[in-house]
Formats: sequence, structure tokens, C-alpha cells
Amino acid sequence: MRRFLANRVAMAFLGLFVLIVLFVLAAPLWANHVAHTGPNQTHTLEKLTIGGESRDVVNVEGQPIGPVWLDAGGKFFLGADSRLGRDEMVRLMYGGRTSLLIGVVAALITSFLAVILGLLAGYYRGWVDGLVSRALDVLWSIPVFMLGLALGISLAVGGLKLGPIEVSGGSLWIPILVIGVVSVPYMARPIRGQVLSLGEKEFVEAALAQGAGSLRVMFAELLPNLGSTIIVFFTLNIANNMLFEAGLSFLGAGVQSPNSSWGTMISTGVELLNTSPVLAIAPGAMILLVALSLNIVGDGLRDALDPRAKVRLEARTGTVEPEGTAV
Amino acid sequence: MSAEPLLAVRDLRVGFATEGGPLQAVDGVSFDLAAGEVLAIVGESGAGKSVAAQTIMGLSRSRNARIEGSVKLHGDELIDADDAVLRRLRGEQVAMIFQDPMTSFNPVYRVGAQIVEAIRAHRADVSKSEARARAVALLDSVGIPEAARRVDDYPHEFSGGMRQRAMIAMALALEPEVLIADEPTTALDVTIQAQILRLLGSLNRERGLATILITHDLGVVAEVADRVLVMYAGKVVEQGTLDEIFYDPQHPYTWGLLGSLTRLDRPRPKRLPQISGAPPSLLDLPQGCSFRPRCPHEFSKCPRTPPLEARLADAPDHRDRCWLTPEQKREKRQVGGQIGLEAPSA
Amino acid sequence: MARFILKRLAGTVAVLFAVSVVVFAVFNVIPNSPPAQRLAGKNANPRLVKSIEEEWGFDKPLPQQYLTMMKKTFNGELTSYEPRIPVDEQILEGIPATASLCIGAAVIWLFFGILFGYLAAVRAGGLLDRLLTGVAVAGISIPVFLLAPVLIYFLSYEIELFPSGGYVPLSEDPAQWAYHLILPWFTVAVLSIGFYSRVLRSNMLDAMDEDHVRTARAKGLGERQVMVRHVLRNSLIPIITLFGLDVGALIGGTAIITEKLFDINGVGAYAAGAVANSELPPIMGVTLYAAFFVVFFNALVDIAYAYLDPRVRLGTAAQ
Repeated sequence: MRRFLANRVAMAFLGLFVLIVLFVLAAPLWANHVAHTGPNQTHTLEKLTIGGESRDVVNVEGQPIGPVWLDAGGKFFLGADSRLGRDEMVRLMYGGRTSLLIGVVAALITSFLAVILGLLAGYYRGWVDGLVSRALDVLWSIPVFMLGLALGISLAVGGLKLGPIEVSGGSLWIPILVIGVVSVPYMARPIRGQVLSLGEKEFVEAALAQGAGSLRVMFAELLPNLGSTIIVFFTLNIANNMLFEAGLSFLGAGVQSPNSSWGTMISTGVELLNTSPVLAIAPGAMILLVALSLNIVGDGLRDALDPRAKVRLEARTGTVEPEGTAV
Repeated sequence: MSAEPLLAVRDLRVGFATEGGPLQAVDGVSFDLAAGEVLAIVGESGAGKSVAAQTIMGLSRSRNARIEGSVKLHGDELIDADDAVLRRLRGEQVAMIFQDPMTSFNPVYRVGAQIVEAIRAHRADVSKSEARARAVALLDSVGIPEAARRVDDYPHEFSGGMRQRAMIAMALALEPEVLIADEPTTALDVTIQAQILRLLGSLNRERGLATILITHDLGVVAEVADRVLVMYAGKVVEQGTLDEIFYDPQHPYTWGLLGSLTRLDRPRPKRLPQISGAPPSLLDLPQGCSFRPRCPHEFSKCPRTPPLEARLADAPDHRDRCWLTPEQKREKRQVGGQIGLEAPSA
Repeated sequence: MARFILKRLAGTVAVLFAVSVVVFAVFNVIPNSPPAQRLAGKNANPRLVKSIEEEWGFDKPLPQQYLTMMKKTFNGELTSYEPRIPVDEQILEGIPATASLCIGAAVIWLFFGILFGYLAAVRAGGLLDRLLTGVAVAGISIPVFLLAPVLIYFLSYEIELFPSGGYVPLSEDPAQWAYHLILPWFTVAVLSIGFYSRVLRSNMLDAMDEDHVRTARAKGLGERQVMVRHVLRNSLIPIITLFGLDVGALIGGTAIITEKLFDINGVGAYAAGAVANSELPPIMGVTLYAAFFVVFFNALVDIAYAYLDPRVRLGTAAQ
């Protein structure tokens, strides 16, 4: 832990991530007090007063206004988003909430399922492991993105009904569940591997000899040892999920209207790339920053929690103080 | 007139910078190796034996290592020698074999290919087929049956003992003058150990191959060594001929090592004798003599200054580091009728 | 070795079967709406829906539905309903473009990934290493849909250095073929270069600590020889397997976004169009096609691994 805190680069990016989270959390504040508009409100026919001049929010050719910055008191800070004349900055903040929400909740689902499956497969071995591994293999075989697309599209049209669980097609739960489930093999395999190797260790035998039941062994003995792996993967998973969601939404198989996310914003922004590049680049850059921050933080955590990595780097470089993002 | 020693090590010091602080792995080690001699270096794990040996070949060079002192082979200084010089020397003049033959071979190349690689690294003019023939001959000379077939096997297809023989064969490929064997038998079964030691012994006798044998097992030493170096916490605490060490040991640590040998020719002791305590952490050595905490014969001088090297008047090559006088030593080393070391009084 | 290959290929068939069941489930079982409705697409009229229902047998029990679907796929009868074009024809038409994109990018990323990873490992801890690591981390964090628009905007629109997209078949004009593919190749390769260089660096750092590397030095091999023949060679094995898997996945159509953004008429673009129009049969077809490639390359990779690592071949190593 101490080592992680001393990793200046990782801490810097953790700070950046926190800033971004605060940024999107501040969406209602900005919307109500600065921009005076909501993310879905259209202003196609309106005019804006800038420095005494009056300008169309959307001109006659359907071209939205570019970044106004602070010239109009914060309204249309980044300009308007399309022919619909919505405030890009407000949309950026609200869209971020969706993206982050999906990323984090999906990661929670993935972690939960991956840990359960990994523990079961690694602990019981035998046919349980065979079954779980085969299932993961099959899931793994379909390129993740295609699978996400397939599920996303199918479910978007009609929604989901699995026993008591019923979700409508337009709900945010669809992309969350799709991404959460599809990412499971990515995390379950390493966990299973670690459980397998931990199982060889004496403390498991000792616990069993003391009469501990399987459940106890799994949760009280094995799980704590998986802690660092889980944390690192969880962090990296959020980044992957956000990239995944953006990709799905970009193509139309993720977040459905009226909801919007950074991915959907890029989709509309790309159409106006040559005239208003900021519309596609702003949300893209946000995703980049979040993914970058989480990746660096995840790496930093991995370095801090893996004693071998540090020692090895030292012996080679002769540095004694904790440093950089290494592996 | 004594002949110039083949290898002369003087005041060798190797220190490392680690996360826990600076660490002196080798602290003023000096010894000679004569041509055709077998020198055994004995000590517990962490005593500095491997580091000292690897430093001879320049294998311990790294950015956080500090190497001082002198290592001369045929009078040529090696400590500050160019990497190119050392590279040529490795394998051709000084060769080394390591503890675990399984991991010491590269698992993805055939054994023969790895021997050929060693040969052609030094003799680029040797053709592949010539080198391969040589490899077969080498494997045969160390006692590997069906060498012509086995030369194309992978390391994991050999048994433990055979692998170690193959390692020795590879080390001898360029006919070096010095062989350093770092715990060559530790990873092997007892019966195989004997075979390997016999092999090393015969190589020494038949080819005059000077050998440095590193081990923690005095039984192994008794088999093959001419001279013995006892190391503790990075220093040489005693050195002498095999007879001198076994029959006239001067240092309490040596007494402890000898006393803890189980002997078939003596009655079984009531308790398994051992040296009490454990080797100190090199990051936190005791003041004065490093062996102090485990020594029952400690007195006022011991904590104040680390003992200087003393030599016996009638045996100038028999040296040790202990403040006790020779008379005191002769008296104190007798425990229950034989040489040994008691536990220190609390 | 032959037995191993046969076993592996048999396993492939089994997995493909399982995959087809999953695809079936994904499309027809899990969602909540009537399957015929979904297949018909957004603008279907009730008569079309009814005929689809009959054609596919949605009123029959599930196993039979599955068989019908499989039959249609293998007979090339899978068609999208709006417009009425056979899916397999479209996929085949798209393969050359996708292959050009993917194989070209793969060669580039393998080369640079190994180069950067090697340099970073050999100079670990130094400035070059930190620089390359930074580049790598950035590479895996930049989403394609940011990189492509940025590249297009700056290098194609502002400075007209590269074309903004389109595909020129190799047979037509090799120079133009490559010229149009440079930006897309780079876009696809960036992410993998980052990933591969990090994996190689990590593997090499681990390998450097191994005993056989010490032996190699003790034999008198030069530093470069030690690094390449003993460290790199041993570290490449996992890279090669990863590479095989990634290429398989890529050819399977996961360069969808890149193809769409750069206007390349490959399999991915076909799928993207289908997604935009909510057309299920093409997506179903592309998913099966993609899975086939992945599974096939998986098997290839396992076989290659057995060849590269003799311990596996002779059946004595634990994976």
C-alpha cells in the first residue's frame, strides 16, 4: 500500500480519474446554474448573444455553432452538438455519467461472476472445472466484440426475459449486463489459475484438516489471497468496459436513445467531423483519459502488490527508491 | 620456490545496494588456487560462497553491485577487465556448473545444440558437424550411455544425474583450466551424488583440472577436496588443507560444522548436534565478530573488533579468524570426547 | 505429433458446435420478443413476419428450430430480409478487404511490438524503457473511435497527406492499395503494439532471471547472443500464441469500427451496416464466421505451441 502511494505517476493519474468523476457528478450543477439547459433539450431555432452580436445556435445549413467557451456565460461552452442544437458540454457531462456507470457496474458484475466461477472451478477441479472451463472457452471463442454486438442488438429490440428477471430493451441494464457477462472469461481464467495454484499450498490442506467445510475454505482462506488479483483486474476491467461500451454504443448496439453516453456522442460527432471536430474528439478524449488513468492506476496497483516485480527491477537497475510505472 | 598460483584472490569485496540498505555479500575474501588442486568452499546459505565464485567470472557485475579487490588468473587482473575479455575467458579458461541442472539448461533447445553453441561461441572456425562430433565425445567421456543418440535429446528427457553429467560435459567443452562447481550435488539423490563426486574427482586427477567446489556438506568435502575454505557471513573464517581442517580446526564455526556431522564410526549421540541459532542477516551484522551470537567461547575482545586473520606458526597456510589463542582453541574444541561446539550460554 | 493435431482438430469441431448453440440461444432464445419479428428487421410488415415464422419454424420446438437454423446457414440460405441478399455472399465479398487490413496491421504490430518490447526489456529501468512503456500504455488506452477520427481530421482533412478511406483492391493497384491502408493499418496496430510490447517486456524480464540464462553467460556467450537466443526465444512462445489468437479474432471481423470509419468494405463494415439497420441474419452469419476463425486459429496456435515448446509436445510439461 505504501509503495503504491509512493508511486507518483499512478497517484497523479488516480487524481485525474477522481477529477473526471467529480466532473461528471457536477453535471446537474452545470446544467442548472451555468448552461441553463438539460442534455436533451433542443435549441434549434434559438439565437445566442455573444459580445453584443446575435448568432444562430444552428445556422440555416443545419450547421451547429462551434465552441463558444465562456463568451455566453458558459452556455454552449463546447458548442452545439448537431442539428438538434443541444448543449455539447452538458451532454458531455451527462453522457459521462452513463459511461462511467455502465463501466463500473458491469465491472462489479464481471468480478462477482468471475470470482464465483474461478473459485468453483479452481477449488473443485474435476468435472466442475471441466464444465466451467469449457463454457468459458466457448464464450471466449466468439470474438468479444461480436458477441457484445449480437447480444446488444438482440436485446435492444425486445428486451430480456430470463425467468423472473425482465428488462426492457431501452434500459441501461441491457448494455450493463451484456458487457458484464461477456467480460467474465477475461477475468475468470486468471482467477481460476490462481485458485488452482493456491490450492496446492499447505494452508488449504491445513484448513481442511481442521474440519473446515468447502465454503469456508473458499471464502475465508482462498478469497483473501485473491484480493490483490481481484483489485487489479477490477480496475483494468472498468477501463475495458468503458471502451467496450463506447464501441457498442458507437455502432448502435449499446446505449439506446433517449439515453446517451460518450460512445453515442462520438457516433453523432463523427458525421460532422470535418466541420466540428470537437464534437467527436471531446467525448473520445474523455474516454481516453479515463482509460489511461485506470490502466496506469491498475498497473501501479499490480506493481505495489507483486513483490517480485519490484525486486527484479531493482536488481537490474540498481535503483533503491520506489519508482515509475514499470511493468 | 612455490609455483605461481593459478588463481589468486586478494581481499575480494562485493557489496549490493538493496531496498533494505547496503549489503556486503563478500567481505575481504582471499585465497589461492593452485593448478590441479581441488578447493572446497564450505558454509551455510548466504555465506557468500556463490557470489564470490560468480565474481571470479564477472557474473555478479550489475548496476547495484560494488566489486573491489583483486582476482588474478595467471597474473592477469580480472576485477576491472573488459566485458570482452571476460566473455572469452568464460568457458575457455574458467567454467562453471550450477546447482540445478534442470533449470540450468534451456528447455527449448536440444542438449547437443547447447554444447555446440558453447563451442562455436569461442571457436567460430569449427564447423557444425565437427562441433557436434565433439559434443558426442564429451557426453561419452562423462559417462552418458548411447551418447550419439542422446545428443539430440532435450534436457527434460534426461534423468537428474545424467543432466548434471551433461552440464559437466558442456563445461569441459573448451578444456578450461578451472572448473567452479556451485553445489553440484545438492539437487540430486544421495546415490547419484556419489557418482557425480567421483566423476569430478576423476576429472581432476586425469586432466589436472583445478576445481572450486562449493557446498554446505562437509561429507562431500571429505570425498574430494585438497584444501578447504570455510566461509561465514561473507568472510573466510578458516582455511587450510583437508587434514588441517578436519583434524586441527581452529575456528569455533568449523568445530560446529564438524561436530554436527553424523559419524558411523562413533556411538550415536543422545541429541542431534547442531550449531544453535541461525546465520545473521547481512543487513544487520553483529558488532565485532559476526559469529559471536552463536559462539559459547565469546569473551571481551570479540564484540570490539572483528578478528584479524591469524596463521599457525608451523602451518602458515592454515589461517583463521578468531581471537582465541591456539592453546585455548585446542582445549575448547573438545566436547564430549570429540570436536564440536556447545550452545552458547544465554 | 500427428495424434495431437487430430485430437486438437476434433476439439475444434466440438467447440464450433457449442458456439453455434450459443449463437442460436443469443438470437432466438434469450431475447424477449418474437424471433420472427426481430429477424424481419425494423420495417417489417406482418406478412413478412409470418412467412419468416414458417420458414424458420419458430412455432416448432427449440431443438428443431436450431436444426433449421443450422441447415439454412450451411446451405447458404441465410439471407437478410431487407434487402434480400444472401449473407454468405456478402461475407465472401468482404473478405479480401478485411484480410488486407488485418494481415497488414498484424505484420506491423508484430514487428514493432517485438522490437519495442525487446528494447524496453534490455534497457529496463532506463529512459528508453520508460518512454516505450508510456507509449505502450497510451496505445492500449486510445480507443479506435478516437484515434481514427483524429488521424482522419488532421492527416487527411487538414493536411492532405493520406486519403480518408476507401479500399482499392490489391489486384487493381498495389501502390494505391497500400496508400489507402496506411492510416487504417496504423489505427489497428497501435493498440496491439502497446499490448504486445508490454507482454514481451514482462516475459523477458522474467526470463532474464532464469538459471539457463546464467549458464549461457557462464559459457562465454556475448550479451546480444544471450538476449536473443536465450531470453527472447523463450519469451516469444506466449507472444506467438497470443498473436495467433488475435489475428484469428481480427479476421473474424472485430475491426468493425475501423472499417466503418475508414470506409473499407470488409466483413466488419457489412456487420456495422447490419447493426445500424437492426438486421439480425447478417449479424448471425458474421458471428458464426467470426467464431469459426477464432476457434480455427486457436487450434493452429495450440499446434504451433506444441512445436515451439518441446516439453508440451512430448507431453511432460504442465501448462
